[in-house]
Amino acid sequence: MAYIAMTTGFVLILIGLFGALTNRNILRMIVAFTVANTGVNLVMVAVGYMHGRTAPILDEAVPVAEAVARIIDPVPQALVLTAIVIGVGVTALMLAYVYKLYETKRTLDISAFKDLKW
Amino acid sequence: MSALLIEMSLLLSVTMVAAAILATRGRQSLAIAILAAGLVSLLASVQYLLLAAPDVAMTEAAIGSGLTTFLFFFVLGRVRGGERD
Amino acid sequence: MIRRLFVILLLLGLGAIFAGLVGGYTPNDALNLSARYYAEHTAQDIGAANIVTAIIVTFRGLDTLGEVTVLFLTAAIVGLVLSHGHREGEGSGRELPPAGELLTTGTQLLVPLILLLGVYVFVNGHLTPGGGFQGGAILASAILLLLLTDPLRRISHGLIATIESTAGLVFVGIGVLGIFFAGGFLDNRILPIGSLGALFSAGAIPIVYSFIGLKVGAEFSSMLANLSETEDL
Repeated sequence: MAYIAMTTGFVLILIGLFGALTNRNILRMIVAFTVANTGVNLVMVAVGYMHGRTAPILDEAVPVAEAVARIIDPVPQALVLTAIVIGVGVTALMLAYVYKLYETKRTLDISAFKDLKW
Repeated sequence: MSALLIEMSLLLSVTMVAAAILATRGRQSLAIAILAAGLVSLLASVQYLLLAAPDVAMTEAAIGSGLTTFLFFFVLGRVRGGERD
Repeated sequence: MIRRLFVILLLLGLGAIFAGLVGGYTPNDALNLSARYYAEHTAQDIGAANIVTAIIVTFRGLDTLGEVTVLFLTAAIVGLVLSHGHREGEGSGRELPPAGELLTTGTQLLVPLILLLGVYVFVNGHLTPGGGFQGGAILASAILLLLLTDPLRRISHGLIATIESTAGLVFVGIGVLGIFFAGGFLDNRILPIGSLGALFSAGAIPIVYSFIGLKVGAEFSSMLANLSETEDL
């Protein structure tokens, strides 16, 4: 199952990058970036998965003494949790800049923004 | 049990890839693209649950799928006319 | 067209690398060293049932402090970028049709319940899946529902800023207390660890995670409020 999720994650990264590189509309580029972001997170969670083990929460089903043999790797999960929260922050920042860009040029076509190009 | 999980995981994966293509191809309206990206996130959270990561699943469902989609729609509602390519 | 060809070539190259990675990947059959340490020591050192929470709040608590700082900076920059040209008080002169009966009544019914669920999620972060970040997002979704019902409603930015900065100060303050009364910065053993699985256990983790939840909720709410207070272009 880790292989399925990992392959899906990589495919999502490729689709997202393709969308971000070929679309001309800035909002569409950001949508593609969020898809790629989801793909990266999926790959990282899939790396932590181990067959036949359970979530890293100790309770009656997973007694403390057996934890080492019963749980999957908790570190990638903690990482991805951070990555998702930072990801939405980055998206919000990009969207705020989209609003400002539209305010100045009245268009979202990326080829209209050439002011720093020489 | 395990075969069922693998079939579910495959089904989710195929749907996610289809939704991702829908989200990034520039043919349909921007609103549909944003909703499709939200769908990718939502299905990813079910995938996390199958991968035994309930914490990540909750975060993705609440933040990645819910809040991000609404942030997009707030901006999309403001930039009237900008949705044309 | 040549540009699209270049993009496709680039992605084919990346795809080949990814295919190699998936093909050469063999899952671990035992936990690696750091994961093994966390699995063995969480129960007696931290007392939290949810190991992911223990890692986020205590083992790697400094990273979480950095994370909420990044989130605060993002919310502040979004506010700064969008602040120009706000007309305070007068709305934006738009005449909006009133929200439907269903949405208004539904909001009145649901907002307290959503807030309660958010608080439940972050208070129980050390026992069940969930925690400050998820709970904070749920709190922000209650604010979102209020904004949807009445788009001209002005959420008090002063209140959001007060909650946000107070929560941040308490978070750092508890961390500093850890230096004096326990093993180091953000050590959770300033309070008794208690028994595994009880609500009042895991030392300071429930308190720290609750304040993280308030802080994250305030930050997301401020982002949403700022974006919704922009004017039609």
